[in-house]
Order: sequence, then C-alpha cells, then structure tokens
Amino acid sequence: MNLKGVKIKVHEMSLRDGMHPKRHRISLEQMQTIAKGVDAAGVPLLEVTHGDGLGGSSVNYGFPAHTDQEYLRGVIPLLKKTQVSALLLPGIGTVDHLRMAADCGVTTIRVATHCTEADVSEQHIGLSRKMGLDTVGFLMMAHMIPAEKILEQARLMESYGANCIYVTDSAGYMLPDDVRARIGLLREKLKPETEIGFHGHHNLSMGVANSVAAIEEGARRVDAACAGLGAGAGNTPTEVLVAVCNRMGIDTGIDLFKVSDVAEDLIQPILDNPIRIDRDALTLGYAGVYSSFLLFAKRAEARYGVPAREILLELGRRGMVGGQEDMIEDAAITMSKERAKTRATA
Amino acid sequence: MQKIKCAIIGSGNIGTDLMYKLRRSPILEPAWMVGIEAASEGLARAKALGLKTTDQGVDGLLPHVKKDGVRIAFDATSAYVHKDNSDKLTRLGVMMIDLTPAAVGPYCVPPINLKAHAGRREPNVNMVTCGGQATIPMVYAVSRVQKVKYAEIVATVASKSVGPGTRKNIDEFTRTTAGAVAKIGGADEGKAIIVINPAEPPLIMRDTIHCLTKELPKQAEIEASVHAMIAEVQKYVPGYRLKNGPVFDGNRVTTFIEVEGLGDFLPKYAGNLDIMTASATRAAEMFAEEMRAGRLSFEPALA
Repeated sequence: MNLKGVKIKVHEMSLRDGMHPKRHRISLEQMQTIAKGVDAAGVPLLEVTHGDGLGGSSVNYGFPAHTDQEYLRGVIPLLKKTQVSALLLPGIGTVDHLRMAADCGVTTIRVATHCTEADVSEQHIGLSRKMGLDTVGFLMMAHMIPAEKILEQARLMESYGANCIYVTDSAGYMLPDDVRARIGLLREKLKPETEIGFHGHHNLSMGVANSVAAIEEGARRVDAACAGLGAGAGNTPTEVLVAVCNRMGIDTGIDLFKVSDVAEDLIQPILDNPIRIDRDALTLGYAGVYSSFLLFAKRAEARYGVPAREILLELGRRGMVGGQEDMIEDAAITMSKERAKTRATA
Repeated sequence: MQKIKCAIIGSGNIGTDLMYKLRRSPILEPAWMVGIEAASEGLARAKALGLKTTDQGVDGLLPHVKKDGVRIAFDATSAYVHKDNSDKLTRLGVMMIDLTPAAVGPYCVPPINLKAHAGRREPNVNMVTCGGQATIPMVYAVSRVQKVKYAEIVATVASKSVGPGTRKNIDEFTRTTAGAVAKIGGADEGKAIIVINPAEPPLIMRDTIHCLTKELPKQAEIEASVHAMIAEVQKYVPGYRLKNGPVFDGNRVTTFIEVEGLGDFLPKYAGNLDIMTASATRAAEMFAEEMRAGRLSFEPALA
C-alpha cells in the first residue's frame, strides 16, 4: 500500500510502559535526560507516569522511585515541543489523579480499560474532555474479543467524549491480520473526526509489522518506545518504527538518528536486563498474557520454584486481565503446593 | 414476638437477593420493596412473595411508613441518590442501612465493629463496599496483632456481577473502600484497587489483602488471627475462604481470599454482592434486637 505523505503521531512509551521493566524505579534525573532527548528528536507526545498509570503506586504493582506528580512536574517544564500524556486505569486511579495531572500540565489523558469494560471509563473520559484535554480511550488486551465487539466498546468511549480510540495489544499476541480487522472496522465505523491508535508489544516480534498494518488501515497514532523500553519484550521500538516509516514515506516528524541515540546512549545504559524475547516474554505473546506480568512471574519462579512460563500459561488459562498481578503469586503458591502433593504421592 | 419490618429501596439484583435473605431472618420481615420502574422484575417478584411495592421511588413509600410500622430501610440504589433517600426516611424515624458507597453514615463491617454500633443511635450506617466487606476483616486480623502502616486491597470481580451504578462511579468504590480500609481495618494508610474480569464462566470473587507492618510480622500470631477472622466471617458468608497465605515477605503480609455467594438470587460467583447483602442483613438483625429490647428507637423529626 502506498502510504507516502501520510502523517502519523508517534507516542513515546519509554517513560510509562518502560517503567515496568525498571520496576517503576526510573530516577527523576534519568527521566529528565530521556525526556529532553525525546523532545530534541521531535517526538510529538510522551507518556509519563507509573507503569500502571496514575495512582499505580502500590504493593501490587510496585512502588515507584517518585510520585506521578514529582515525575510530571520534573519533566514537563523541560520540554520545548513534546507534549506529555498520562495514563489512567479506572479502578486504580481516580478523577483526583486526573485533575492533578492536568494541573501539572499534561495535554493528553488516556483512559484505559479492559477491552470489554469500557463503561467504567465514562466518569474519567467525560471529565478529561470537559477540561479540554486531548482524550483517548485505550482498550487493553484487544486480542481477546473480535473486531465487532471492540467496535461496540469503542463507540461507548467515543460517546463519553474520547476523541481518539486505541486498539491495545497488551499481550503482544496479535498478528498483522488481527490488527487490520480491528483497526479497519473502527476506522470505517467510528466518527471520521475520531482518531484511531495502536499500541503494540514486541513479544512475537510483531511490534513494527503490526504498527504498519495499523497505519495502512487508518491508525494515525502509534505507540512506540525508544529501545523498546516497555513491558514484556518491550513495545514497538521507536527508532525502528521511524526508520521503517522513513523508508515508506510516512511522515513522523522525528529525527531517526537522534531518536536512535536516545535508545542507545540514554536507555540501553539504564536497563536492568536486556529487553528481548526470552522464553517467558515469548510465552506472553504466544498465550495472550498481559505483558507486565513478566517480572512478577520471574520473581514468583525464584521464590516458589515454579517456572515462570508455567505460571504465565496458567494465568492465560484462567483468563486473567491487566491489573491482576496479585494472582501471579497466588497461582505460584497453588501450583507449588500441587507439585509438592504430586511429589509426595509419587 | 413480632418481627421488625423493613423496606428495601432498589428492586435490582441486590435488593432482590436481600429480600430472600431477610425472608429467612428470625427477626426481620421484608415488608416493602421500592423501585422506580413499573416493569421492574424485582418489583414483580417482591409482589409475588407478598411484599408491598411501589414504583414511585422512596416518595411512594413515605406515606406508608408509619401505618406499616417500617423501622429499618436498606438502600440498594446508588451513591448518587442515597443521601436524598436517607434524609426522607430518617426524618420519619426509620433507620437506614446503606449498601451504596455513599458513606453518609459511619462504616459498618460486622465482624469488626457491629457491636460498637450498638447504643450509638446512629440513624444511618454504611456497609462500605463489597470489596470493603470482603477485605477489611483481613486487614483488621493483622492490625489487631500489630501496627499496620499501610494496607492495600485488590478486589477482582466478575464482569457480570458489576452493575451499571458501580460502573458509572467506580471512583466512589476505590475512595470509600480505601477510606474504610484505613479507618475500620486499622491501618495508617489505605489503598483500594478493583479489577473487573469478564472471563466465562464468570470467576468467583477474589480478594488480595496486602499489609505492611511497622515491625517485622509476628507470624504465628497473625496466622492464628487470620484463621479466627475467617471463621467469624464464615458465620454469615459460608463461602468466605482463605485460598493462600498469609504470605510473609519482609514487612509484607499478604492473604488471598475467595468469596463464593450463597446463590439466594444472585449467582454463586457474585460473592461480592452476596457479602454485601449478608453483611447488611447481619447488621440489621443486631439493630432489630436492640429495637425489640427497647434500647433503640428513632423519633420522627417534627414536621
């Protein structure tokens, strides 16, 4: 397909989704340095919060190095062109957090729900829109339901006031045809002025291919993270996406070399572990499991002696959705008890 | 001895389930069911079981309160309209048990503070939220052993068990639950998270309760306290079960709970709703005993 001249808005994830592999402990100074690099590279939009969004600070998801407010107040004033967004998951964060983020100067609020539960977002989308913010409805784990069902949920969010709807492949499970079916139907049926976005994970190495498929079907916002810094095997790597877009003539407005320098010089040095498709991250994509479960499953393996891969498969079988990090330890304990029983009777 | 007559405000799933529980009570009698839609299935069901009904909301009940001797009302509507309902009924001397997260009155979590409510003559008590009823007993089970500086609960409920009222105002759930986790659970700080899961068949309510203790946890005492509290809750919610834990990890104490409902009207997986109606019934029974003993009555305010 000829996409020459098509303009897309790349939304940088390294300082929000990238909080997952960093256990939400990115320092304020690291954040400021990376944000300035992203700004200089011409990235239009940058998300900054706890990995699980505003109010994510918790035993369940991890306590961050700084509060959302400290990060936002520390980053936003340093930026010349890049605007900042904040993620909010109803059930975790509230409209109080939303007001705080707006007060700190975010221009975009993204309200995220599981793909079948859009009606919990009415309160937050409504307020964000009323406050005049760019308001995004973010349908997570979108691989779990067919395109027609995604459309129903997207229409709800649109009716609450969202001006942009995302198909979010939280598990990195989708293949390009899955993306095409969903994005294509939303583009066809939602209001023409409603933007469509795609958020990918790289667990099956499909981040860039899926993003291109999304753009072909009409998505004009695409999430990506420098060096792929995101949950699981990471997000669509920004520098690779920009390179591919350059080759295809898609206009991102981003300087490829500057953004690849951010990945190489600013993000690689702060990684605790390489962002790669190891057997556990592969399992996320293969079995359709929420990407931020990865490190929790690895820690449960270390403590309870049950392989992370088996824990993740069990969570997939149980139909766990985003936010159920508590069930990882629960499943690991139950599985280790069962193993002990099997050993005792063997 | 005569039973204490009750009105149920809200003819939806919760109100209907509550009606079945009240019908079993040795001391409470469901006399009125209040709805706002003439075609409500809940109203039809109540009528068939011999309750008086109105589809005119609380206003339809008010003229009958005195002559029908209604002493206790349960509000199973929504936080948005609760205060208005409560004001109208408490003015007539009816005690209000609030199943919405409005939190107008003081919180009541039966195994922790029901007895403390006796003799306080509060015209309105609040049953917190489903997540609160399911988890606060576990926070308290730790805090009665030693100081808890932070408690956090994660309630996971089946999508089919979450009604439109909760969905429209999910922040009210997180705020009210977090407040009660601290205040009634006995933690310096509280946080609440709710996750809605659409899996089929629907999953039974799950709750995870994390406490961070000030000093290292006294493991044996906490274990004994947790098991004792589980038994206490099981007296009115038999399907309240400890799945795993308590897990001790540094200062973290985590318990994993499952709440299966009785299946009176609501399906068994909806333990979140069952624990609300069961807790409200238990609270009302205690207040009814107080009323029968002549220790609790509310005079109508002068018109």
